[in-house]
Amino acid sequence: MPIGDGLASPNQAPHRYRDESVPVGFFTDPTVCIGCKACEVACKEWNGVPDDGYAFTGDSYDNTGALGASTWRHVKFLELEAPSLGELASPGDETDPSWLFLSDVCKHCEVAGCLEACPTGAIVRTEVASVLVQDDVCNGCGYCVVSCPFGVVDRRPEPQPGAGGAFKCTFCYDRQADGLTPACAKACPTESIVFGPLERVRELASRRLGEVRAAGLSEATLYDPVDTSVGGTHAVFLLPVQPGALGLPPAPESPTIHLRAAWTSALATAAACIAASFLAFTLL
Amino acid sequence: MTDRAPEPRDPREERLDRLREEAARTGRVTGTGVTASGGPVPPTSVAAGYYGRPILKPPVWTWEVPVYLFVGGTAGMSAVLAAAALWLGHSVLVARTASFVAAAGALISPVLLTLDLGRPSRFLAMLRVFKLRSAMSVGAWTLVAFCGAAVPAAALLAFFPELLLAGVPRGLAGGALDVALAAAALFGALLATYPGVLLGATAIPAWSSHRALLPLHFGLAGLGSAAALLELAGHRVEPLWALGLGVALVETGVGAWVELRRLGAVDRPLHSGRSGVLLRVAGVCAGPLAVALRLAGLVPWAAASFLVGALVSRWGWVEAGKASAADPVAVLEAGAPRPG
Repeated sequence: MPIGDGLASPNQAPHRYRDESVPVGFFTDPTVCIGCKACEVACKEWNGVPDDGYAFTGDSYDNTGALGASTWRHVKFLELEAPSLGELASPGDETDPSWLFLSDVCKHCEVAGCLEACPTGAIVRTEVASVLVQDDVCNGCGYCVVSCPFGVVDRRPEPQPGAGGAFKCTFCYDRQADGLTPACAKACPTESIVFGPLERVRELASRRLGEVRAAGLSEATLYDPVDTSVGGTHAVFLLPVQPGALGLPPAPESPTIHLRAAWTSALATAAACIAASFLAFTLL
Repeated sequence: MTDRAPEPRDPREERLDRLREEAARTGRVTGTGVTASGGPVPPTSVAAGYYGRPILKPPVWTWEVPVYLFVGGTAGMSAVLAAAALWLGHSVLVARTASFVAAAGALISPVLLTLDLGRPSRFLAMLRVFKLRSAMSVGAWTLVAFCGAAVPAAALLAFFPELLLAGVPRGLAGGALDVALAAAALFGALLATYPGVLLGATAIPAWSSHRALLPLHFGLAGLGSAAALLELAGHRVEPLWALGLGVALVETGVGAWVELRRLGAVDRPLHSGRSGVLLRVAGVCAGPLAVALRLAGLVPWAAASFLVGALVSRWGWVEAGKASAADPVAVLEAGAPRPG
């Protein structure tokens, strides 16, 4: 039996975004997330992502830890004092902590640090404007790993399959090519993860922000860094708390902003070293 | 079977007995992993991030990368010294040794860089594209160009008399040598400085906050190492002595600048922890110690001290990147508006 509107939901309906080159996005809404981790499981199963250990972290119900080469959806569990969630807090003992769940994912940045840094051209922007690592091109240089301002992409270690290459969320490029919704959004039972054209996703996010603010979450914001050099993302999040508390950088920047200063210094130093050497051998 | 002595009590068995006694006495037990409902909520705050977990991913680079940065920098600046020595110092001997160092480094560097790849067999994928916006791409092409210039330059310089004897016109051989030397010097100077861009233009706070300093520091370390290596090879000439002193003096200033201009959590790994120790040791060896030894007349010791400092510094900077990525506070502070 379908949940909600089933295939009639815009989130689940067949589409032609790839054929029509429509930029797509995710809107992830933690206020309706129930922390079931169906997105994590769906992602792992559909994409054949290998297991990356069975560690016990002790951090609430989060034993996944972080996004990485073999974790492309990651449900974060925050335990908050009840009043901080306002009227959206579950009724009950006021001393009980409230849970906040957020399904994190690759942000598919407008100016993607990983894509800019990739020296092989393995990382490309697709027709739906997502950022994709082509595994058959990647030589595992690891430069994307230090260039992602969100700490998403990573090199897969031995002995996992595909070890040595860089991996991250593919935005289910294969499914989108067939007009299907990405696995995580498809499996989400509460439509906490909504998939669709970026424009519509942003509209929905703004509308939902208004709703939750009216409901008492006065400090809620949208996480979509359009004002930094990242230039906005294709994964928009509604955040009832500050980004830092969820391990999201408050002001993510594309590392390319450092290029001008660094290259100026490099060229000046190279010229100065040549000049000094020539001077030394001329004068002495 | 029955006459065997009783086994000594297993400590794990005794632990179970103690747990049962504690439960019977107090009605509850305490210990790791048993703080159930009503227990303290795991700490999370804007100040500590998400359970203190890293926000960024640490560099995956292994020992080959700092060694490559040292070898590449030394070789690159050796090519500069080779050109200067031949054209302006009229010292063929110094130029020959310098060009050999450059060529050797040009041959070792790609091996180190390839070994560090997650998939070494795909090294050539680096040369699929040229991307100005990727320091790794520019660096890979610079290295290839340097190899293509430094190795022929060394060969031409080594076999110059033989070439003339074999009937090659002097103008042709000399012209080829000059072109190769010039190209090796230009690409070599870039090879020594681009790693500063490679580290500086990343998301790692300790690196990107020093994006202008890193190319300067790496370039100086390369020049000083090249001069030091030539001195250790027996070329005790004034230009090398002066360059060694000058570079060590500037490096002293660079070290003092990093030491005094502290940026809080953003560049904490430069001042504390393992990377802090490495960078301080490196700073002293390539800075004041090298200056003092040189002024005391202990030239070989000054050269050795500088080389050790230059190598340890590369290692320290890579380690600092790992520590910086692991610290969520560095990212949270980097994003916070600076006071003042």
